[in-house]
Amino acid sequence: MDQAASAREIAERHVDRIGGPITALREIAAAFGYVQRGHVEAVAETFNLSVAEVRGIVGFYSDLNTEPRGRTHIRICQAEACQSVGARELTAAATAQFGAGLGETSPDGSVSLEAVYCLGLCTTGPTAMVNDRIVVRATPEALGP
Amino acid sequence: MSLAKVPRETLANALGADRVAAELAAAGHDVIRTGSLGLCWAEPLIEIDGIAYGPVKNLAHLDAARIGPTDEIPALARQHRLVFDRCGRANPFDYDAAPIRAHLAREPADILAEIEASGLRGRGGAGFPAHIKWRTVHDTPSDRKYVVVNADEGDSGTFADRLIMEGDPFRLIEGMLIAGRAIGADTGVVYLRSEYPLAAEIFSEAIVAARGLGLLDTFDIELFVGAGAYICGEETSLLESLEGKRGEIRVKPPVPAIAGLFGRPTLVHNVITLAAVPAILEHGGAAYAELGVGRSTGTMTFQLAGNVERGGLIELPFGVPLRELIEDWGGGTRTGRSVGAVQVGGPLGAYLAGEQLDTPMTYEALAAIGAGVGHGGVVVFDDTVDLVRQAHYAFAFCAHESCGKCTPCRIGAVRGKETVEALIASERPEVELAMIADLCDVMEQASLCQMGGMTPIPVRSALGLPPGGS
Repeated sequence: MDQAASAREIAERHVDRIGGPITALREIAAAFGYVQRGHVEAVAETFNLSVAEVRGIVGFYSDLNTEPRGRTHIRICQAEACQSVGARELTAAATAQFGAGLGETSPDGSVSLEAVYCLGLCTTGPTAMVNDRIVVRATPEALGP
Repeated sequence: MSLAKVPRETLANALGADRVAAELAAAGHDVIRTGSLGLCWAEPLIEIDGIAYGPVKNLAHLDAARIGPTDEIPALARQHRLVFDRCGRANPFDYDAAPIRAHLAREPADILAEIEASGLRGRGGAGFPAHIKWRTVHDTPSDRKYVVVNADEGDSGTFADRLIMEGDPFRLIEGMLIAGRAIGADTGVVYLRSEYPLAAEIFSEAIVAARGLGLLDTFDIELFVGAGAYICGEETSLLESLEGKRGEIRVKPPVPAIAGLFGRPTLVHNVITLAAVPAILEHGGAAYAELGVGRSTGTMTFQLAGNVERGGLIELPFGVPLRELIEDWGGGTRTGRSVGAVQVGGPLGAYLAGEQLDTPMTYEALAAIGAGVGHGGVVVFDDTVDLVRQAHYAFAFCAHESCGKCTPCRIGAVRGKETVEALIASERPEVELAMIADLCDVMEQASLCQMGGMTPIPVRSALGLPPGGS
């Protein structure tokens, strides 16, 4: 089955749901790693929206990435509670360690870094997520794959 | 056989609670998974036959982590818990539905009167009197009405919504059911941020359990998970998002209580506002209103975070001085240095220092110094904080999160960020400071919502500019 067809299948599950297009796009991004042009068209058709409207949704929400991520995707909290315990320094160290800044992927494609604004773990910062693993009181060493 | 309680909660899990639970079970304990008690500094905090231990990473050094009888932990015993009374005490799914059934047997007019008597105000940040919203939705004729819960808890330093949804999800469901009964709604929607996957999992389980108990026969609840946008915590942006669109804010009026989700009258409340409602019906609105100070009635779920030794959730009546939260409850900074600044009320809240720390935590006292309670978040910085950099961040965050609908916010945030950069390099800082003060006035007065309208609060307070509103 081609990707557009399975993206359409995901979208159809959410046709009558509240916030359906957003949920569909979130699940598509999770299933395929990122939202691709064909996915946008599939969602537009399924929800009877224009491609421009769906692209507008994709551009608005930060979870709906349109570029592939690294095999290890690291999200580092940049918000105030984590700033107060060294999030900026942690981010700088991670950038040096992996050769990628926030919003970038390392040259070999292995690691991508992304800013996140609060994971709700504000007493034990700095906080990061390495793929699905949460790291609290994070150090550069703890961010490895 | 001894009974062991281990939190099933994001922070405790990140620190190894699942492993500890497995070890306890292997050692022959009856293990139940509870919510968190909110004493984040002691997580994973476990309880064995009434005795609390924490932090417990494994059972090898259990005695060294002994805190004492859970009921006698000062940081817990001195709280006044109405919203979080059950959280962390038991498995939330071991649920007694009798009290909520009794509340739901009451007449809508009776419930509305209790809410009005309680003086309850919105816990999301605006502090708007709840009963006015409830009555407006109730009085607006429509074929359909909604209860929408704002669980898009994006403020840094806040985690109360997450803790209650993970630790006592039925508290929120009860609040929604009571609100639905009072205003005549048959549908509830919870807008939860995607950064809280465990809360989504546990709350979904709670919806299924509530259906099984027959609690959702006449009022159903749907959970929607967001896709990463701070602005969707603004109520009209949230409604746009629930309609499947970009989360661009709407111009008010009409307010959501008159024309909200899909144009229908909609009661939009923060999680904690609704989670306070069952206690109001249980104890009576008048008793609730006796707590707190003046028009800041009841308890507030303060969240102490950032560079602090003992961070966590502290539910107390309004009026506790900010300094008491930081020093007595929090034990000062984690780095051991003196406190440099404290940001109260999230990224749109003021940076406070010095004598301002003696301010009692009430809506009115904070407003008087150009600050606000917000969602109750208190983020502590030590004396190494660079407040000019924090002002820069406030503009940068606004630029990142602005929905783009109105010019003062969309353009102003970018210009503000650039001007703070110019200020840092400037030989005549008074020129840039005057420009920033002017820009703050424009953003405050002309932005469509509080994103642009309140960004001046952290900026001015960080840069020592006078508060606005003059």
